[in-house]
Amino acid sequence: MSLKVSKPSSGRQIFSSKVAAITVWTITILWTIPTFGLLVTSFRTGDEIYASGWWSAFTSPKFTLQNYKEVFLGGGSESLSDGILPYFINSIVITLPATIFPIIIATMAAYGLAWVKFKGSDFIFFAIFALQIVPLQMSLIPLLQLFTGGAHIGSVTIFPALGIAGDFAGIWLPHTMFAMPLAIYLLHNFIASLPRELMEAAHVDGANHFLIFRKIVIPLSVPGIAAIAIFQFLWVWNDLLVALTFAGGTEEVAPINAKLASLVGQYGSSWTTLTAGAFITIAIPLVVFFSLQRYFVRGLTAGSVK
Amino acid sequence: MEDFLPTTLAKFGSVFSAIGIFFVVLGTIFFIAGKFNGKKSRYIAIVVFVAPALILLMAGLVIPAIRTVMFSFMDPDSLKFIGLDNYTWMFKDPNVAIIMRNTLLWLLVTPIFTTALGLLLAVMLDRIKRESIPKSLLFMPMAISFVGASIIWKFVYEFRDDDVQIGLLNAIWTFFGGEPVNWMLSKPVNTFLLMIILVWTQMGFAMVILSAAIKAVPADVVEASALDGAYGFKLFRMITFPMVKTTVIVVLATQVVGALKLFDIVRTMTGGNFGTNVLANEMYSQIFVQFDQGKGSALAVVLFICVTPILIYNIRSIRRERAH
Repeated sequence: MSLKVSKPSSGRQIFSSKVAAITVWTITILWTIPTFGLLVTSFRTGDEIYASGWWSAFTSPKFTLQNYKEVFLGGGSESLSDGILPYFINSIVITLPATIFPIIIATMAAYGLAWVKFKGSDFIFFAIFALQIVPLQMSLIPLLQLFTGGAHIGSVTIFPALGIAGDFAGIWLPHTMFAMPLAIYLLHNFIASLPRELMEAAHVDGANHFLIFRKIVIPLSVPGIAAIAIFQFLWVWNDLLVALTFAGGTEEVAPINAKLASLVGQYGSSWTTLTAGAFITIAIPLVVFFSLQRYFVRGLTAGSVK
Repeated sequence: MEDFLPTTLAKFGSVFSAIGIFFVVLGTIFFIAGKFNGKKSRYIAIVVFVAPALILLMAGLVIPAIRTVMFSFMDPDSLKFIGLDNYTWMFKDPNVAIIMRNTLLWLLVTPIFTTALGLLLAVMLDRIKRESIPKSLLFMPMAISFVGASIIWKFVYEFRDDDVQIGLLNAIWTFFGGEPVNWMLSKPVNTFLLMIILVWTQMGFAMVILSAAIKAVPADVVEASALDGAYGFKLFRMITFPMVKTTVIVVLATQVVGALKLFDIVRTMTGGNFGTNVLANEMYSQIFVQFDQGKGSALAVVLFICVTPILIYNIRSIRRERAH
């Protein structure tokens, strides 16, 4: 055992391990520096940020939390409502349902298509897979019109006006819709590979599809569901396009990423608020990412490597 | 401060009631549907499991896509048909030519760089100890939004016309004796600097997936070819690469689609100005800034047509895989 571990076969040596280590670490440092620079800058005073590069902060360390205070309280004001916090809360409010709803509906569809085989179930699966390719931009305007005006053929209403544009529900729904193709495809891969004997045994025991779904499929698919949930969470939290289209820029519903994007565009917004704001925005996804990375990677690779 | 707490509580209230209602409705449907037996139960199961997703897809993607195709033949307000004008406009307008050229550049450059670098790192990670630390750091940008990434890189590319350069790129550039450059304004370098951002965010994804594929190459295959005298690059070319080729193509295809749809980076970095505009950003501008739904929709249709070959290829390879 120890022999095997200590000496890797020379055949695997595409590069010598020293060259590999040096290259990997050099690229890793290069890859991390931009984010690190932003983090350091967010703790420097406004004067210092413009007087010298962030890398000189280490020769004369002088750090402050002033930028974060300013971002949370909104320049000069003493109220949390004027800062970035309402947008941060909007992001949480948008992301939770926009992750939970599509994952559950997609798991149901994946099970239906994989195990309640019916005529056309394969066709539906490929059609759903194909929809992945429809660019989001293609459906934004028609969807917005659908929400405000409904759909009619002549005088017959085939889809009621929901009146949810500019409301949280008006953001949850498009995210749920747009998540369907990829989520169904990945979950289908996962659920279709559950052991057939198990399903058949459950049917013999008299369990119907609903019982099997709850008692067998959901518990066994937790790793796959977790990976896709993380993916969907990151996607919704980081989204700009859907937020811009369906939420507008208001404090009531706009997520933090949209707020950040508007700060970039604003004339005269300075690096003090931008760096701190950016760091607050990316903090949550980074925490989620680093703590759940294992599930995320497993889910991603399960979906694309066969 | 006074109104912050109540509004926040109200927002969370709406989240939890929405989630609550969702589960109550779902539970009720499951409960009722579970009461049926026999053949009927199967039909009900099909409807309950598949219909919600199909309705969402119909309303969210299929119908809107059809309407977009219709709009692309109509005037800015989608009131009357104007034939192919929105499409011929693309060939006449010199700005569109630049947009198409840029989009093509993005399509060619970023997927190849991302995948090649990802493959190189995946192979090298296989050779080193404690690979998990560099792996997570290289993968990290994937969790950062394009807006966040744009700010990070805007700071790297920052230009000041005085002596002190606070942007890393200009600091290095002036250190080696260059004159400070306003990078975002200088064609055609700016487009390539924007591409770096996309490569920076996507490379980790390529690396992780290719790394998994490389680890799945059976050890005895590698051993056997080593005995046959395959070492170094030859081993990679003869054994490793052919075995991960399908995964490389999957990654490349994902990156091509991503590059085609790219919007956020260009939007936040340059707004599409200074010769950096791309298809997806122009589409957004046509619809939301120029209020010309016709032209915007026509651009969306072009985008869709560009992705179709990749889609067909993907469906074919899935079917082949399933046949095995």
